[in-house]
Amino acid sequence: MPTTTIDGHTIGVNAEGFMTDPSEWSEPLAESLAAQIGIELTDEHWKAIGFLRDDFAKQGETPTLRRISVMGGIPTKSLFQLFPQKPAKKLAYIAGLPKPHGCV
Amino acid sequence: MRTLLVLGAGTAGTMIANKLRRRLDDHEWQIVVIDQDDQHRYQPGYLFIPFGSYSRDDVVRARHDCLVDGVELVVGEVDRVDVKADRVRLQDGRELGYDYLVIASGTTPRPDQTPGMLGPEWRRSIFDFYTLEGAEALAEALSEFDHGRLVVHITEMPIKCPVAPLEFIFLAESWLREKGLRDRVELVFVTPMDGAFTQPIASAQLGSMLDERKIHVESDFMVERVDDVQKMLVSYDERQVPFDLLVTVPLNMGADFVARSGLGDELNYVPVDKHTLLSVEHDTIFAVGDANDIPASKAGSVAHFAVEIFVDNFLEQIAGRPMTGSFDGHANCFVESGDKKALLIDFNYDTEPLPGKYPLPYVGPMSLLKETRANHLGKLAFRYVYWNVLLPGRPVPLPAHMSMAGKQSPKEA
Repeated sequence: MPTTTIDGHTIGVNAEGFMTDPSEWSEPLAESLAAQIGIELTDEHWKAIGFLRDDFAKQGETPTLRRISVMGGIPTKSLFQLFPQKPAKKLAYIAGLPKPHGCV
Repeated sequence: MRTLLVLGAGTAGTMIANKLRRRLDDHEWQIVVIDQDDQHRYQPGYLFIPFGSYSRDDVVRARHDCLVDGVELVVGEVDRVDVKADRVRLQDGRELGYDYLVIASGTTPRPDQTPGMLGPEWRRSIFDFYTLEGAEALAEALSEFDHGRLVVHITEMPIKCPVAPLEFIFLAESWLREKGLRDRVELVFVTPMDGAFTQPIASAQLGSMLDERKIHVESDFMVERVDDVQKMLVSYDERQVPFDLLVTVPLNMGADFVARSGLGDELNYVPVDKHTLLSVEHDTIFAVGDANDIPASKAGSVAHFAVEIFVDNFLEQIAGRPMTGSFDGHANCFVESGDKKALLIDFNYDTEPLPGKYPLPYVGPMSLLKETRANHLGKLAFRYVYWNVLLPGRPVPLPAHMSMAGKQSPKEA
């Protein structure tokens, strides 16, 4: 697996740039990852990231947008405002989790 | 006497009841199957109804005729499962106890979940084809459709048979060409995914097939509502897709009784171990087929291969032994591409659809990820196999686990 260095953090990533080891993640790293895709993190962003991290730790899967809205209480509309165009992917990227699998 | 109770007499439930009836002693086990009606529907056949090549009689049989002797069918609607008492209550007040429960109640399109979908335009200019009634209504609408924008739309993944919307648009394109109407119709495929399909190699292949047919793809589109006055789809990020005729795949959800019983996730699917299909919370409850939350296609093919593994595991579980079978997420599906051709895809949890030959390596006769006439004939022949071999639980000469033999890995391809 390739590694990359962002703002001094060396992390394992896959071909699409998603982190491969969730334990390498930290909050300062999330700020850097968000900056890479043009997002400045606010409390609202952190609420979504926090839900993603907790849910992944329990379920072993990156939650879908529906799961974030139903279980995490963050409406899909807000997720599109916070993480424009591709909220599911952008959130997973910033939270250091695998891209949500495409639900084959 | 012990009781195996199966909720749902669709593909998974029927196969399980029929296979286990042959393996469980009549004096020790009774098998009871509950369904809300007595009509078993061959759902892959719905695809052909809008184009007039199949009718209702081709796709409906009585459920009780599909079940072997010694399996009891109870017709009734499930109110809830009482997991503490090991009992299932029906809406008419009847109660049935169980020693083991198999939830095989599938997944259902829910147009009520998207604002504006189930309004006055429903089955006037907005149709689904995942129900028999919807497919029949669409057949009528298509027979009168001669120009405009035909939009095929997926609301949200996962959906039952994720290739069917693509098949529908390929068949529509070919059908419009035959009728000499292709130039008068704009075809649009709207999907919440970032491409034609979920898996990269198949997505590229299917995506270029859409291009060749001049079908416009609107990707990453998460629908928020249907504007039934202006006749357009509106996404959460405020994109708009107008339509004259909308063929949508509504949100798919598991049965409501699953939620009422506290057994479901956010879409009413039952969380299970993805290799054994045993509920993660209850060791006397399994969920098989579309009703569970495994990361595989919701499709009869997955149900079929999963049941093969499940049956042996179930016998081990009731004997108090560890379950040794492990389901790998195997699926294969014919993908109709129009002009009497089809592709075939074969994949599992870990391996995406790849080119090659199936079921015999290098021989076929089916070709993987390639449009051929043999694949189309295979799809048509499958209806016979379904009624006469698969549902009765007779052995199908295909291994339950996916094989790499005969497949080209991305480097070789």
